[in-house]
This record gives sequence, structure tokens and C-alpha cells, in this order.
Amino acid sequence: MHEQAHNLAEAVARNSRAKLVAFLAAGSGDLAAAEDALSDAFATALSLWPAEGCPANPEAWLLTVARRRLIDHLRRQREIPSSDDLEQLAELSDFAGAGAAPAEDDLPDRRLALLFACTHPAIDPVVRAPLMLQVVLGLEAAQIASSFLVSPAAMAQRLVRAKTKIRDARIPFRVPNRSELPDRLDAVLDSIYACYSEGWAEAAGTDVARRELAGEAIFLGRLLVELLPNEPEVWGLLALMLYAEARRPARRRADGEFVPFTQQDRRLWDQGMIDEADSALRRASSGETIGRLLIGRFQLEAAIQSAHVEGARTGSAPWSSIVGLYDALVQLTGSPVASINRALALAEVQGTGAALKSLDGVSADPRIHSYQPYWAVRANLLARTGLNDQARHAYEIAIGLERDPVVRRYLEQVRDALPGGLAS
Amino acid sequence: MQYLLALYVDESGWEKMTPEQQKQGTGAYMAYAEALKSAGVLVNSNRLRPSATATTMRTTNGKTQVLDGPFADSKEQLAGYYLIDVADLDAAMTWAGRCPAVQHGVVEVRAIWTM
Repeated sequence: MHEQAHNLAEAVARNSRAKLVAFLAAGSGDLAAAEDALSDAFATALSLWPAEGCPANPEAWLLTVARRRLIDHLRRQREIPSSDDLEQLAELSDFAGAGAAPAEDDLPDRRLALLFACTHPAIDPVVRAPLMLQVVLGLEAAQIASSFLVSPAAMAQRLVRAKTKIRDARIPFRVPNRSELPDRLDAVLDSIYACYSEGWAEAAGTDVARRELAGEAIFLGRLLVELLPNEPEVWGLLALMLYAEARRPARRRADGEFVPFTQQDRRLWDQGMIDEADSALRRASSGETIGRLLIGRFQLEAAIQSAHVEGARTGSAPWSSIVGLYDALVQLTGSPVASINRALALAEVQGTGAALKSLDGVSADPRIHSYQPYWAVRANLLARTGLNDQARHAYEIAIGLERDPVVRRYLEQVRDALPGGLAS
Repeated sequence: MQYLLALYVDESGWEKMTPEQQKQGTGAYMAYAEALKSAGVLVNSNRLRPSATATTMRTTNGKTQVLDGPFADSKEQLAGYYLIDVADLDAAMTWAGRCPAVQHGVVEVRAIWTM
């Protein structure tokens, strides 16, 4: 019984948290107070449910308790409530009815507005993804901090600052209108993708907090397709994350060593996730979403992943199409990272000479010189051209820039396998 | 909710303008104030005398110090403000974005602390 109540509370905490926080905070904009009230409610649930049994509608039960806490908090906060407080109290009380728990369907879904508040242009871009993880998913500052490589104290401070700004500068909880939506949606997608990338960057596979972050990002991606089913890029992002996640089990050998894409055992790929990614990508370009003008960044990246997966299945990747997709991506984003990956694909179509030449075009960007993949790709292309000394030098730099010991070890092995090297 | 739109501009820009340009500039600000008024959001606004006329005061070790000049020694100086009353930060940002100062300086949007 106790365990059952506990599990139910956990499940509601995970699935309903965003909805409850969004509803509780929408009036006052006070996310911290809403979160506190909700954690009180969860704690109360854990102490009462095992003895009294689980309520029929746990979400409504939690909302009722949290709302009382929040009303108490607002009353305590000021001796003379401001008109804003009174409005907020009125809204919360209206909803409470005569203390009766509202039916779940009656609860307005403000999760989308909450996501847009967390990624508002007036919020520092570096704190948007962490803020979403905390407010929407309930992750602790310390947990988020380790994933984003900052100290827990610094992360906690950033989160407090962002929430204070949302409340005091009154950043609204609202879904942007049609004309603002493209830009505002980009910020939401970028933040979700930042969560995913932080989770994915964890190459050793041992840092559980970071690996879970990838799962949280996918959870947010699924939530967003549910809330905005007609936005192609939302589907594109979900597809991209699923393609990457499906290959996670194959990225490491049993002993933890890094396995490059071309050498991965695709029996280890998660076929269910690949199927889901395929259908998300189809949905992105389906009739239901047509009418939005341009194909977006995430759809292009997902399409490239899809082509690679298809190539691994059939034994020959459609390299010309992949180059074409990268061309579109480079044109759309101007990203040097896309140009670097394009060079690898180009090598398969036009040879390594052409690829190296295209890479030279990217090297004008000074940021690229401290970007590990640039040097790793360059080294790979040089080695394939037979320029082993230059390749060794490029691997050297790539190794020096890599922070993950597992990837570093892999690059060292490749470097050492180059012909004509000094035995080390 | 009230917001202060604080305008920071490079003051030397004004002197470098031709009388015609100055007239145009003043016109843009007048039109902006008119738009704020007709939308019913303007509480109050003022243009400030140049920062060369500023006096800055503080107390150090119990002694009041007076400095001739503005507090912040930067190229852009506080040159004026609009106090507006709108629903939320989005609305305040929309108005700030229309302010002529964003073309030649910066506009800082600050929520008023309601007591």
C-alpha cells in the first residue's frame, strides 16, 4: 500500500508537475512560490495517501492542497495585499469552488505558456534550458549544475535570479501570437536541444545525471509535439533527438571505449526509437504541417540522421542527398559546425581533396580553431589523402581540445595507427 | 503595471547633427510621445539636460562628497525617460522597441517596484 501510494505520487509528480506549476504560477508569475506550494502538496500526499488511500483524482487533490498553501503564502507575504495579489487570490479561490476538487479536464493547460515564459527573450539564454528543467521537470539546481558544468551555488543563483525577474518584471505566461511565434518557438526548441546536447555530450556513459538529461529533453520534446502538433520544427527536433538516442547503446563498447558511427553494431540500436523518429520526421513534412514556409534546421538535421540510419541498414548511404541536406543547413544557419560535417559527406561524393578544400573555407572562422571536431575531421581527411604527418598534427590538436577521456583515448589510438609514426 | 523606459544615448551625437536632422529627431520623439498618449499608456516623460550638468553625491566615511558629472562614466548617458503603464513586460518591450532612442542608443526597461 505504502509503495503503491508512493509510486502514484511519483508518477503524478512527473506527469502533472508542469501542468500544476503552470496553473499555480500563471496569475502571480511567482514560480518559486508555486513550486514551494507544490512540493508541500507532494510531501503531504506522501504522508497521507499510504494511510488514507490514494484519491480518485490525484492531480486535483494535489492542486487543491497546493492552492491552499499558495493562498496562505500570498496572505502572509503582505499585510495589505496589493490588487495583483487580490486578483491572484480571487482566481485561485474561484477555481477552488467550495473547496471541491476540480475535474482534471477543467484544469486549464498552461504548460505551453510556461515554456514560453522560461525561454522569454528577456531571460538570459544560458539560463533558459536550466530553468525549463527545473520549473517544468522539477530537477534540483545541483543536478542541473553538474550537467551544465557550473557550480551548484552558481546555478541556484542563476535560477533564483531568472524566477525573480519573471515575477517582478512581470514576464507574461502566454503563448505568442502568429507573428511572434517563429522566433519565440526557436528559443524553446534551442533550449530543449541544449538539454539534449548536454546529456549526449556525456560520452563515457557513466554520468547518470547527464544521461538522464537526454531522457528529460526527449520528454520535453514529446510534450511540445503534444502541445504544438502543427509545427514542423517541433516534430523535427523530436525526430533528431530520437535518432541520436536510439544509437546511444552502440556508442560505447562493453569496456567503455568509444565506437565511431561507421563501426557501430547496429543490432544495438533501439529500433523502436528509430521507428518513432521516422514517423516524427514524416509528420514534420506531412500535409498537416504544410503551409509553414521553410524547412527548418531541426528537420534538416533529422533528415541527415535518417539518411545515415538508412545507409547503415542498406550498406550504402545516399551521400549526394546528405551533401544536399548539409548545403541547405549551411545556407540556413551559416553554422561552421554544419560546414565541417558537410566536408565529411563531400569526401564520399567528390573525394578527400575537395573535402579538404571546402574545410579550408571554414577555417577563416577563428572560433573553429578551438573546436575539436574541426581538427578530428581535418585529421581524418588528411589521413585518407595520405598526408600522414599533417594528419598526426591535426589529431594532436583534436586530442588536446577534447575534454572527454574516452574520446581522447579513441583519437590517440587512431593517431597511433597512422603509418610512418614514431613508436611511442 | 508601470515600467520606466530609461533612454541612454551618446550625447555628442546631437551636436553633430545638422539643424534639419535635429528637427527630424525631435519630431520622432514627439510622435512617439503622441502615440504613447493616444494609447493611454503614458504616465509621464521627460528629457534631461546633458550629463555635463549632472551632480553626483555620495557619503564616504560620514562625509558627503559631491562630484561634478554623471555617476557612470560611459559613452551612453541617461538622456530621458518615459514612465508607462501597461499589462506586462511584453507590452513594455513592444513600446520600448518603438522608441526612437533604440535607433541611436539603448533603452532600458525597468519594472516599477509597487509599494
